[in-house]
Amino acid sequence: MLLDENKSQSGSQGWQPKIIAFFCNWCTYTAADLAGVSRIKHAPNARVIRVMCSGRVDPQFILDSFAKGADGVLVGGCHPGDCHYQEGNYKCLRRFQLFKRVVESFGINKDRLRLEWISASEGDKVRLVINDMVAKVKALGPLSLPKKFSEWDKEMNIIEEKIAGKEEAVHA
Amino acid sequence: MPDKPKIAMYWCASCGGCEESVVDLAEDILFVLDNVDIIFWPVALDFKKSDVEKYKDVEIVASLINGAIRSTEQEEMVRLLRKKSKVIIAYGACAQLGGIPALANEFQKEEILRYVYEEAPSAVNPDKKRPQAQFKDDDRETELPELWDTVRTLEQVIDVDYYLPGCPPSSKLLKEAVLVLLSGILPSKGTVLAPDLALCEECPRKDTKPTDLSFTEFKRPNMHNIDPEKCILSQGFICIGPATRSGCGAMCIEGNMPCTGCYGPTSRVKDQGAKILSSITSNISGKTEKEIDAILEGIPDPVGTFYRYGMAGSLLRKKVDF
Ligand code: SF4
Ligand code: SF4
Ligand code: FES
Repeated sequence: MLLDENKSQSGSQGWQPKIIAFFCNWCTYTAADLAGVSRIKHAPNARVIRVMCSGRVDPQFILDSFAKGADGVLVGGCHPGDCHYQEGNYKCLRRFQLFKRVVESFGINKDRLRLEWISASEGDKVRLVINDMVAKVKALGPLSLPKKFSEWDKEMNIIEEKIAGKEEAVHA
Repeated sequence: MPDKPKIAMYWCASCGGCEESVVDLAEDILFVLDNVDIIFWPVALDFKKSDVEKYKDVEIVASLINGAIRSTEQEEMVRLLRKKSKVIIAYGACAQLGGIPALANEFQKEEILRYVYEEAPSAVNPDKKRPQAQFKDDDRETELPELWDTVRTLEQVIDVDYYLPGCPPSSKLLKEAVLVLLSGILPSKGTVLAPDLALCEECPRKDTKPTDLSFTEFKRPNMHNIDPEKCILSQGFICIGPATRSGCGAMCIEGNMPCTGCYGPTSRVKDQGAKILSSITSNISGKTEKEIDAILEGIPDPVGTFYRYGMAGSLLRKKVDF
């Protein structure tokens, strides 16, 4: 679904950034829920995926999100010291410190990837963070990796056509 | 006597190490030659493209193709071999995942050409001449291969049946692969012809690898001595063994050097670089950004370290250019 939407939206006037948000069940997800119940309005661009702990967010999930068309990825976990599984958010932070350098090396702007600690009671922080991230990603424009992948692959078709042409010439 | 099965061997963007690994078969090469006909092998035998074109479709039993794909000529050749072969084997890390040549995906083609033809200390090219894909003089017109923008794995260009991992594949794996081909009982398509276990499983230092690691610094093998008995990762050197497929016999560890990951990931891993980065950095001892960053200074080039062989086949494939 992400893929198709991206095709039709990127580059067009009505483009809206798509943010994939991995939220920890015990804190940030609950905070987002609270924000919803309290009718706190935030930008509708975040697709929330609930995980049991920010430590469960494998960097492969983040790369996969970008590769499938996300314009930004947000990870939300419990504040340091508050992780339900003691060490999960520290593991997440340690990976993040190096992983963000890797993502930048792949040409993806650092504002497209964000880690935030948001406790269950901080419904308003969910709003602030999402709104701020959406504004920043909007300023950057679409990432559209699926589209880029198919653009890159166009250099392959040139030779394909030539080979087909030659074969026709041989068979004619 | 019926004809022996026909085998082709071809190289694309590669260093020649994969070709070398065939020679490493030593006396076993005689067994191979007794049982198959090598009908195309540019590095060793004088056959031409036109010789391959003469074969009927799928007449070649198997083509072993090494190297990444990064030029129009390589694409043309692998498409031809695909058409003529029953089985295509991506031979070695570059064909499987991009290998060392795929590190070029960290740059744009223009940056590479500019450096090589203008800026490199060894470049003497006052007219800033660049290679051209077409060449014309009075009565001749020649077309030359053109470099691609993106380095690709073999499977990103043609349909691949099997993978033989490694930089280069060990002669043991090659011999087993030949035996499998000769047996006629082929594994299911897409199989990587090496054990689906992490390298640590066959590492002689496995028993010295602690279950809980806690890194206070990262060391580099050119700066520090490696204890020849203990798990190399536990000594603070980056060893990609935990995220690498076994099959090499832990060759680098036997030579007292850390694994750099050339056998690629096991089947459960999509992106070897992200996986090993995740597993190693999770075990850094720090808890604040400052403490963590100080330890991470020991990994100055994470892409070159974790994507050394897998950039083209990774989830992001290449540096995005805006
Ligand atoms: S981490 Fe490296 S040295 Fe340690 S057991 Fe695994 S392969 Fe062997
Ligand atoms: S130890 Fe690692 S880098 Fe060395 S040959 Fe084996 S898989 Fe490749
Ligand atoms: S449980 Fe929330 S970050 Fe671990």
